[in-house]
Amino acid sequence: MHYLVLSSILFTIGAVTVLTRRNAILAFMGVELMLNSCNLALVTFSRVHGQLTGQVMAFYVMVVAAAEVVVGLAIIVSIYRARRTVSVDEPSLLKG
Amino acid sequence: MIEYSWLAIAVPLASSGLLLLLGRRSNAWGHLLATVASAASFVVGLLVLLEVMGRPVAERVIDVPLYDWLPAGDLSVEAGLRIDPLSLTFVMLITFVGTLIHVYSIGYMAHDRARRRFFAYLNLFVAAMLVLVMADSYALLFVGWEGVGLASYLLIGFWNFHTPNAVAAKKAFVMNRVGDMGLIVAMGLLFATFGSVSFADVDAGVAALSTVNSPMLIATGLMLLLGACGKSAQVPLQAWLGDAMAGPTPVSALIHAATMVTAGVYLIVRSASIFDAAPTAQLVVVVIGAVTLLFGAGVACAKDDIKKSLAGSTMSQIGYMVLAAGLGPIGYAFAIFHLVTHGFFKAGLFLGAGSVMHGMGDDVDMRRYGALRKFMVVTWLTFGAGWLAIMGVPPFAGFYSKDKIIEAAFVGSGWQPWVLGTVTLVGAGITAFYMSRMFFMTFTGKARWVDNADLLGPDDRRPVRHPHESPAVMTIPMIVLAIGAVTLGFLLSLGDGIVGWLEPVTGHVDHEAHPPVLPVPVIMGVSLALVAVGILLAWRQYGRNPVPITPPTGSVLTRAARQDFYGDAVNEAVFQRPGQDLSRTLVYADTAVVDGAIRGAAEGTVGLGQALRKLQNGMVRSYGLMILGGFVLIAVVLHFVRM
Repeated sequence: MHYLVLSSILFTIGAVTVLTRRNAILAFMGVELMLNSCNLALVTFSRVHGQLTGQVMAFYVMVVAAAEVVVGLAIIVSIYRARRTVSVDEPSLLKG
Repeated sequence: MIEYSWLAIAVPLASSGLLLLLGRRSNAWGHLLATVASAASFVVGLLVLLEVMGRPVAERVIDVPLYDWLPAGDLSVEAGLRIDPLSLTFVMLITFVGTLIHVYSIGYMAHDRARRRFFAYLNLFVAAMLVLVMADSYALLFVGWEGVGLASYLLIGFWNFHTPNAVAAKKAFVMNRVGDMGLIVAMGLLFATFGSVSFADVDAGVAALSTVNSPMLIATGLMLLLGACGKSAQVPLQAWLGDAMAGPTPVSALIHAATMVTAGVYLIVRSASIFDAAPTAQLVVVVIGAVTLLFGAGVACAKDDIKKSLAGSTMSQIGYMVLAAGLGPIGYAFAIFHLVTHGFFKAGLFLGAGSVMHGMGDDVDMRRYGALRKFMVVTWLTFGAGWLAIMGVPPFAGFYSKDKIIEAAFVGSGWQPWVLGTVTLVGAGITAFYMSRMFFMTFTGKARWVDNADLLGPDDRRPVRHPHESPAVMTIPMIVLAIGAVTLGFLLSLGDGIVGWLEPVTGHVDHEAHPPVLPVPVIMGVSLALVAVGILLAWRQYGRNPVPITPPTGSVLTRAARQDFYGDAVNEAVFQRPGQDLSRTLVYADTAVVDGAIRGAAEGTVGLGQALRKLQNGMVRSYGLMILGGFVLIAVVLHFVRM
């Protein structure tokens, strides 16, 4: 049960980081934190129910997260090259 | 030769196409080619006629299938030709008179730069008219029907650089469309009832019906009559014929006197089986004929324009034919008989009028003619022959054909023979009056023009004219037609005559068994007496007394007749104005309702988009907040729904 509370706290920290920080890399770290809090919850449920499904799901999430990091960092780097900034508020080209 | 009768249509059609496609390159010889094509058509027709005449009477109705035309589901229409005495009579009339008028036009249109185009249209007309009369189904007949309508439109508006002519052409075309609608509806009814629109199937289908006067047959008959009214300028679709005189005079002679305008009579006679089985429709036909007969005669009496007066006369004479066709089997042959003789003498009269106009600087006002006899002897003589023929003076052609119609009108029981007979007799009297008026105003009396401007006094309204006889290329057709006007009635009455010749189509009628309500000599005597009275009245007013060059005000009736009895005003008040109002209302409704709905939808979409674009602020973090908010919302909703 404590694991779940920890997972919720980590998720909240991650979400708040994503929503409040302007720096893209920090926001990115928030996303990672949210993903890993989910992993923690999945593994916890796996242990509680005595099934492996949750652990398998956690591995999936890791794989997806790894891919996401690659793509996300690449985008951030290319944005930085083009605009000399890593602020997520500056590039608002899609503003309606 | 019968199986090659399609050549009669193909030759003028090919010539017309050639002249239109080659354009100016054929200017030099175009008129000759067109005339030869028309003559070739006549030769083909003549050969077919001789072959049919060689056959026994029972085998004189021949269907010549050509090809599968419209194989569409249940409706399979074959294009084929119906060769029988009726169609051959028309073929002879169209090609013979048509060829003469081609010849005449060579002279009449000699100075027109677009003469080749004129001849191309004339050929097109001949081809279309032949399709109309030789078709073996209503569908193919309709093709010819529209074809002659097109040719008529093109030729009325031939001098379309002059706006009234273009307007007249459009008027004729639009009024003809009203009649065409009737023909289309009639075809639809026939297909719905009999599953076919060929003459043979329809005749067989009507014969198999046990009921007489069924609503379907009456409706079909009335719709066919509407078509006939449009094409033949019968009341209530008569108003276009007078304006159609805007076309060159040979056109008026060929299309608007001899052939096309009689297509309505042809349609009624061709649909004899339908009308015979629907006496109510027949009664309407008779009434329309009688009304038009008097209407046209009234108009002809009042017009000072020689061509418009002749147009009124044409209307009136076709009224005679329609009346005869409405009398049923007893009248069909007489209607066609009068149609043929009328084709000759009326074409002759029109060509005469054209010749007069040719010599008088294209003036059509008879009040500025007078004393032309000495200057145009041939025109005077040929016009005189036509004049005597149309009045029905024995032994001229009109006497044989018109008196037969008058006698047939007197056959029957009850009120009908008396009313119809009286109308035809009165019509004969009025015919004599207006034709004599035209003749006297044009050829006799004192000249109401001068040939030297020095002779004009002050306030003299007489025009300066140099009348002269037309060239031989114009007078020869007039002479031939005049010979027809003199002899044709007698020739076609020899032996069985045209009535016997048409029997395979119109059926055999024993005229002895249907005596008129008055003895024939009495009818003939009264008719001739009325004609004499008509001539005398006209002589008193226009021959003996001088004709004022400005038209007197005249009585109410005269003024009404000068205005075509307000036919145009009626059309304008009853159809045009309400039609305009209706279309204006529709335009308003279209703008307000239909366009409004569409514009509203567009504006709504734009407005929604404007509102929604505010959400797209480009701030990644606000998108993240929205996603989170949405997720929480869904979670909360799911939570409560589960509970």
